[in-house]
Amino acid sequence: MNRLVAIAGGATLVYAVLAVLMAIMPGIELSQVPPGPGVKPLSPIEARGREIYVAEGCAYCHTQQVRPLPVDRVFGRPSAPGDFAFDTPELLGSERTGPDLTNVGTRQSSDVWQYIHLYDPRAVVPQSIMPSFRWLFDVVAKAPAGVVPVPVPKPYAPANGAVIPTDDAKALVAYLLSLKQQPIPGAPGEAAATAPLAQAAPANGTTGGAAAGGAAAGAPAFDAADGAKLFAANCAACHGEQGAGVPGAFPTLHGNPVVMATDPAEHIATVLHGAQGKPINGVTYAAQMPAFASQLSDRQIADIIDHERTSWGNHSPTVTAADVAAVRAKK
Amino acid sequence: MNSSATIAASPHRDGDAGDRALARIFSAYTASATLWLVFATLVGVVLALKFAYPELLSGSPALTFGRLRPIHTNGTFYAWASPALIGLALYIAARSSGARLYSPKLAWVTLGLVNLAAIAGTVSLALGLNDGDQEYREWLGWIRVVLALGLVTAVWNLLATVARREGKDIYLSNWYTIGGTLWTIIIVVVALLPWYQHGLGQVAVQGYYMHNAVGMWFTPLSLGVFYYALPKLMNRPIYSYSLGIFAFWTNLAFYPLLGAHHFLFSPLPWWLQTTAIVCSVAMLVPVWGGSANFLLTMRGRPERMRRTPAAFILVGVLGYLLGSTQGTVEAFRSLQRVWHLTNFTVGHSHLTMYGFVTFAIWGGIYALLPRATGKEPNNLLMGVHFWLATVGVLIYVLALSIGGTVQGLDWIRGAPFIESVTDMAPYWLWRSIGGLLMFVSHLVFAWNVWTMTYRRARTPAPSIAPAPAGA
Ligand code: HEC
Ligand code: HEC
Ligand code: HEM
Repeated sequence: MNRLVAIAGGATLVYAVLAVLMAIMPGIELSQVPPGPGVKPLSPIEARGREIYVAEGCAYCHTQQVRPLPVDRVFGRPSAPGDFAFDTPELLGSERTGPDLTNVGTRQSSDVWQYIHLYDPRAVVPQSIMPSFRWLFDVVAKAPAGVVPVPVPKPYAPANGAVIPTDDAKALVAYLLSLKQQPIPGAPGEAAATAPLAQAAPANGTTGGAAAGGAAAGAPAFDAADGAKLFAANCAACHGEQGAGVPGAFPTLHGNPVVMATDPAEHIATVLHGAQGKPINGVTYAAQMPAFASQLSDRQIADIIDHERTSWGNHSPTVTAADVAAVRAKK
Repeated sequence: MNSSATIAASPHRDGDAGDRALARIFSAYTASATLWLVFATLVGVVLALKFAYPELLSGSPALTFGRLRPIHTNGTFYAWASPALIGLALYIAARSSGARLYSPKLAWVTLGLVNLAAIAGTVSLALGLNDGDQEYREWLGWIRVVLALGLVTAVWNLLATVARREGKDIYLSNWYTIGGTLWTIIIVVVALLPWYQHGLGQVAVQGYYMHNAVGMWFTPLSLGVFYYALPKLMNRPIYSYSLGIFAFWTNLAFYPLLGAHHFLFSPLPWWLQTTAIVCSVAMLVPVWGGSANFLLTMRGRPERMRRTPAAFILVGVLGYLLGSTQGTVEAFRSLQRVWHLTNFTVGHSHLTMYGFVTFAIWGGIYALLPRATGKEPNNLLMGVHFWLATVGVLIYVLALSIGGTVQGLDWIRGAPFIESVTDMAPYWLWRSIGGLLMFVSHLVFAWNVWTMTYRRARTPAPSIAPAPAGA
């Protein structure tokens, strides 16, 4: 009997001490980490969206932690302890079947894109293996007044009727769009917060593909490889790898009037400041074209624009960084 | 020491009411666990196929990937492996102590509580109710309280049974099973209390939880099975009893410290991460010591090793050795750069939880259940189970180890993310093939369990008396 008490009691005691040391004490200390600069609690609708994220198990495929490693730079600056002050239950995750979502609100700021992607990921990223979440949407015969239906592309849309996001879908997308890293003032790697957009490719960019078009206009005066890469990283998510867009949701850039125009001012202004609601070839798009002025340099914007102007059968005069600077200065 | 070593190999007394009650309990635990194994791994197969066919069963929210995955992991953990191991532990406690089980009634209560938790947990996860996407503790708080009560009743029964033992010594297996159950109660309680689990604090607790649930619950219980079943099958005492005790204390000293290695490079304090790495290396001591002990016990008895239950245990020991050593290697920061967050980790989980724990359970059941019930499984079908499961898990682990490396290198190369998805396609396909073989083996196992328990013996059992060879 005594032996039993000694072994069982001793082993339990040792383990209890270790559990306090390795779990409870770090838990107490780290629970008190104050929020980092600009890190705020979620709004009620975003918090509801986070609950749906948890219920649907998005965290089994998506991390929300950016490690201080070169591989992770595409996802943003390294996560800081203060980033997680309001993250309970925590969603750091342990597997990246899909991309890290720490900063996805910056990377994919279009709610329309998010809706289409949730309704059927393959409608915008054909190779995706992410599940579809159709029960977050209603299919109705006709969208009620004032409600904009989700422009799901034909082959993926229901045979009849309009796709309307439910409140749950709206909350989830509000949460996804709220996932934006706050810059850390004065931190050494701070520029990284926006840099990744300029360097790396997001979910559905591809290498090569678009670069071929640059050859059409003879020896291009711009950096064609860079233009193709930047387009894949920043624009392809909506306009498609080949600039063909998603019918009804995002305009094609093939033979697009703004891209074909000899005067590039509107083209440059669109990329700098974004655009919304302007009929293009008779179609009005519900989604918004994001502004890139604060994320890309004049040089980079010129390269992207020239890539668009010389690819996919487009032949328009190219622009220089100075042209971009001039339009930027006007506003 | 020697006296207790021989207890394990001593013939047991048969035939009285206590033995029949013990056999009934052992049978019920095994049968219940087996049903859950079939269900939870059917879910595993569906999950595996969803990587190739994302629209498979995509209509209903209850069948979406993110809800089925925790059903698979919690189901295999708490409804298959846990009750199967508790059933074995109860049987071993009584037999190795030469005593009757303290309370068969309490044993039924334990089984009821664990199954209640498993059913409530599965249904609520399917409905989208969970306690956060935190691996292996997704069940709602109250459900985990039910599970904890199951553990408390189990350890009560184990302790009170061992307290009735014949000699002074406590056989080594009981150290592991009782220690493991007591530790796990602490683990479950630490994971439940909310006060120190905000933001990053919860990340620290999660790192502790997910690793200790594996290493301080499934590992010691499975080792307890090895220490009892192996001497039975080999008909000789364990090679070194004191090495077994040494491994027990070293495992206790190092293992709890290494949980944070799941969050290397995360914003957890650097010292926590570094301690985790150091202890991951120190874990080689109990792992290699323990494995050598088992392998040396098996050495030089080829005629006994050819029997199928011993083959299951051999794979289990190799799974333990390889899986744990792989864990140590993975913990280095340089290698984590490639493998962390990739499918390599999923391969590692299945090498350990399947190649080690699940094979240890099978070896224990095939070695001991026929002794309890007097009903032998069909030898050929036992072999079919063995080969399907072994080849299946080999394919599964190899595919994900290679695929995970490719995935990690894609990221380092800076390829567009989607390339790491398309590059995985062939490896995910192979994983499904391996998984299907594993699943079919579970159906064969279920049949064998039926044969060993409730199936009416064709020829009237020669009363349970003459124990099978080797007892
Ligand atoms: C089976 C794994 C899996 C699950 C579960 C999953 N995703 Fe994904 N997700 C992916 C993959 C793979 C991609 C990359 C391909 C793509 O864009 O569709 C992705 C991409 C994304 C993207 C685009 C990220 C980017 O950088 O472009 C968002 C946003 C997203 N997922 C949100 C979610 C949400 C919200 C949920 C839960 C409701 C979820 N995902 C569940 C696998 C998954
Ligand atoms: C989030 C989705 C999205 C992203 C990312 C995006 N766009 Fe757009 N883009 C749109 C939408 C929507 C429109 C239509 C705007 C409107 O209706 O006025 C548009 C319009 C345009 C137009 C004007 C077409 C016209 O006829 O007026 C150009 C040029 C353009 N985008 C270029 C780009 C470039 C270059 C990038 C990358 C730097 C980019 N877009 C990134 C969604 C996007
Ligand atoms: C037919 C047999 C099995 C198949 C096909 C299977 C398949 C799977 C799949 C597809 C996943 C999800 C991986 C991901 O998210 O990328 C998974 C996860 C997991 N499974 Fe299984 N599984 C099987 C048996 C088991 C058994 C018996 C156990 C435990 C005893 C187990 C334990 C786990 C664990 C712990 C995880 C989480 C892995 C991690 O996060 O690293 N599996 N399994």
